[in-house]
Amino acid sequence: MGADVILFFFFGGLAVLGALSLVIQRHPIHSALSLILVMASLAVLYLLLGAEFIAAIQIIVYAGAIMVLFVFVIMLLNAGEEEQTNLSRVTRYIGLPVATALLAEMGWLLYRAWPGDVGVVPDRLVGRTSAVGHMLFKEYVLPFELTSVVILIAIIGAIVLAKKEL
Amino acid sequence: MTDWIANHPELVIAVVKIALLLFIFLTAIAYVVWFERKVIAHIQARWGPYRVGPHGLLQPLADGVKFLFKEDIIPANVNSRFLFLLAPFLAVTLALLAVAVIPFGPEFEIFGTTTGFYIADINIALLFVLGVTSLTVYSVALAGWSSNSKYPLLGALRSTAQMVSYELALTLSVIGVLLLAGSLSLREIVEQQSGRLWGVLPNWYIFPQFVAFICFFISSIAETNRAPFDLAEAETELVAGFHTEYSSMKFAMFFLAEYAHIFTASFLATVLFFGGWQSPFPETPFWQWTLYLPAAAAALLGLYFLLDTFRHPHSTLHRGLITLVGIALLGVGAGLALVPPVLLLVQGPFWFVLKTVAFLFVFVWIRATLPRFRYDQLMAFGWKFLLPLAVLNIIATSLLLVWQAN
Repeated sequence: MGADVILFFFFGGLAVLGALSLVIQRHPIHSALSLILVMASLAVLYLLLGAEFIAAIQIIVYAGAIMVLFVFVIMLLNAGEEEQTNLSRVTRYIGLPVATALLAEMGWLLYRAWPGDVGVVPDRLVGRTSAVGHMLFKEYVLPFELTSVVILIAIIGAIVLAKKEL
Repeated sequence: MTDWIANHPELVIAVVKIALLLFIFLTAIAYVVWFERKVIAHIQARWGPYRVGPHGLLQPLADGVKFLFKEDIIPANVNSRFLFLLAPFLAVTLALLAVAVIPFGPEFEIFGTTTGFYIADINIALLFVLGVTSLTVYSVALAGWSSNSKYPLLGALRSTAQMVSYELALTLSVIGVLLLAGSLSLREIVEQQSGRLWGVLPNWYIFPQFVAFICFFISSIAETNRAPFDLAEAETELVAGFHTEYSSMKFAMFFLAEYAHIFTASFLATVLFFGGWQSPFPETPFWQWTLYLPAAAAALLGLYFLLDTFRHPHSTLHRGLITLVGIALLGVGAGLALVPPVLLLVQGPFWFVLKTVAFLFVFVWIRATLPRFRYDQLMAFGWKFLLPLAVLNIIATSLLLVWQAN
């Protein structure tokens, strides 16, 4: 067993544990910190696949910027422990079947992939920063620019909504 | 086990390098506190630390011992004991992590393998440093929140908002350098800066990227929460900011992290804009006299120490210590001048350290000179001046590059 397999199982397990802790924790700050743990572990998994740029961006954007805002808001509101409510009827009747279906689908996909036993061979060159840049600005330039326009609209919308309340 | 070690010499070298760098870096952090106190004192026409050791040189040691023996208090009403204890550890870990990718010198050969004056040379070194520094916000936010006290919370909120705002300007100002260098590896960025500009100036990015440098330096002062942007710990308003409730070694860890960040900022400024380990002097035609500058510097410092034995009213013990240090430094100077391979080896680190110390001095100088910003001024300056300036610099640099390519 190579070092990368050990690392994969360690950080994969850490990501799953973090995700579980995110749901189970009662305090919003602890939940937010668990989510950061998940994101950091995912970054390591990306790194193991050779996607170094995506790994760095995962840390900088998700863990370093978005989650900071989450924590910031929780701190500002000084939110306390969550109160347990009666589960809504929708979750009671639809939740279990949907979860079962999702698990079955994942199990089926795993089962289909199993016999081949050939993992994805990471292409070290595809994960390079320059390769990502070429793809974004040459092959997928239209979707990329469209996304940025959507984000711009969202930002303007947020400002307009916030201004109304001021 | 021994076979395995023999088969992996690079691992052994890495462990040795990590231990060595940690030792040197932590000592340097302790002494930069002394340096700061000394420089500020002299700017304000005082003597600064003078009692513990000659010129107060043993003051960092005394401070460390004092921190260790102070009572370690955890307030009774902390929000979360775990997070309260996690915050200082997070601060120190992240602050030390960033140094792993800084190249202090070029590659060299030792015991048959090629290695360099860095722990890791990775393709995304610059993103790594930016990512690690972006995570330091958490140590501040968690410390402030978990203390469950109003001053730390207000300090942490200010500090977080400030760090998030100036991080944008910092990151954008670096992009100009990236466009010129075409690489995210710090070692490659330094190597790109070799040679001459118009045959005279060193080919450092400070000259084509002057605007970016100004932007970078101001934002890094704000990122490290230093004066004049030290609103997070404005003692007249917030006691000490986010670490008000911390005492003893936990306080010392925040202190250590803060100075480690100042070092990281100076390292980055040196690497990105001032040619890293490259010498500022061109190659001279027959006798390469600039190679002997490290030896000369050590010898001169030794002479200064020896001269100092007579200048100030020292005790006998201090006098003996100074004489010993002076003789040792003279010996180092002579040794460097007489053993050419070692002299060549220290060239890179010598220039790197010299440039870093210059930046540290500027950091201290600014703190001693400028008054603190008001909070709205700080935010307006970051968002309405630095950020547009950095974006303009990116546009101008890219246009210039496209024009050059055609």
